[in-house]
Amino acid sequence: MTEKGTFRVKSGLAEMLKGGVIMDVTNAEQAKIAEDAGAVAVMALERVPADIRAAGGVARMADPSIIEKIIDCVTIPVMAKARIGHFVEAQILEALGVDYIDESEVLTPADESHHINKWRFTVPFVCGAINLGEALRRIGEGAAMVRTKGEAGTGNVVEAVRHMRTINGEIARLKGLPEEELASAAKELRAPYDLVLEVAKTGVLPVVNFSAGGIATPADAALMMQLGADGVFVGSGIFKSEDPASRAKAIVLATTHFNDSKVLAEASKGLGDAMPGLEISDIPAEDLIQNRGW
Amino acid sequence: MVDKSPTIGILALQGAVREHQRAIERCGAKALPIKRPVELALVDGLIIPGGESTTIGKLMAEYGFLEPIRRRAAEGLAVFGTCAGLILLAKETVEGSEHLLRLMDIKARRNAFGRQVDSFEADISIDAFEPPAFRAMFIRAPWIEDAGAGVRVLAGYNGRAVLVQEARFLACAFHPELTNDLRLHRYFIEEVMKGEVGCQATQNGRP
Repeated sequence: MTEKGTFRVKSGLAEMLKGGVIMDVTNAEQAKIAEDAGAVAVMALERVPADIRAAGGVARMADPSIIEKIIDCVTIPVMAKARIGHFVEAQILEALGVDYIDESEVLTPADESHHINKWRFTVPFVCGAINLGEALRRIGEGAAMVRTKGEAGTGNVVEAVRHMRTINGEIARLKGLPEEELASAAKELRAPYDLVLEVAKTGVLPVVNFSAGGIATPADAALMMQLGADGVFVGSGIFKSEDPASRAKAIVLATTHFNDSKVLAEASKGLGDAMPGLEISDIPAEDLIQNRGW
Repeated sequence: MVDKSPTIGILALQGAVREHQRAIERCGAKALPIKRPVELALVDGLIIPGGESTTIGKLMAEYGFLEPIRRRAAEGLAVFGTCAGLILLAKETVEGSEHLLRLMDIKARRNAFGRQVDSFEADISIDAFEPPAFRAMFIRAPWIEDAGAGVRVLAGYNGRAVLVQEARFLACAFHPELTNDLRLHRYFIEEVMKGEVGCQATQNGRP
């Protein structure tokens, strides 16, 4: 009669986050700033992606004591990152009571062939994707929310745009295919056939899709919303900028009113310097975070 | 039954706006997502959707929605709050939340059933609805800790009130917009919106 952790309950929380901004935070003070600015959730991690990129080495799940402090100081949902395939980090995060786990390519992968079997958990998962096939594989493994990966820690929105346009284009293509061609489409996409069938029929992903990886300004956030994102993740973009509180608030405003250019103009004024950006072609191919995940 | 299909506004600052829109349209009414306070003048009823109550409350205060909604409510606007919407309709919360509409004589407890790992779905029976039971999604849901004398409890779960009505205000702790069961949306449109408004009843509450 009463069931916990059903897929509807997991994906339902993501539905409640729609139209909102999820912000990366590394301590309780930042979490409070994010909540006060109107974030719908915070992502607890030890270092923001720009610092992970700069530091190199192995990036792991955050220290549970940091996550606990963040959980204690805000009322909005708290998410936290586990390494790809590291199901024990995920077990620990579930035990801590986080509301969503991000099985994230921003951390160093723990398994180079397999993602976490997310059906085994009561806590819901969000996973990154650069195209439709990857999104559907993650949903097939039990992810209840998807985010386009972009290129984390760069402050450069170009990859986020590429991934969102890719997924939209692939969905449009599936919609136009006759049913008998969907099996080979599933093979090309390396995606579960039943999910391919569902997407071809409905014309939308079966779960909420946020945009991540490179959003640094209110205009970036509104751009991703106009391209069809259900909401945005902002990682380094807020706490690596000159005035995090004002920028956080402005990005929330821009995400709500993404279609209102007058509001966007107001939101973009006087925010100080954005985070310094990185040109994608200057990053060696092996250092691109978006290529992690299988 | 309705001679002219009513327009139901859905507060669209954040949350499950699309799902309510779909449910309202399937009931044969018009749905209008509302992002600016001036748009409140265009609607006969208002839904405050599920989402993050802290966020929606802050944004309502920031974008100047609190007074205009209270004013329209005093004129007879019917309001339906789901989950976060229930919290925002409450007179107060156990935790002492800041930005509330305070339209209903209820005290809400936020995240009363626990965090996301404790979220669940369950069958509940709703007074005034014929069987089958209503499949209700409770997601980081609140419950109603206390309710005033003028508040009717229409459904409970484990002894806690989870669906209440006070005159033209309806609030539930769960998410009817996440299932295909339209009974609660129909009840809002066909019963709550047509109910008595204080001393001067006006059809559909148009100013």
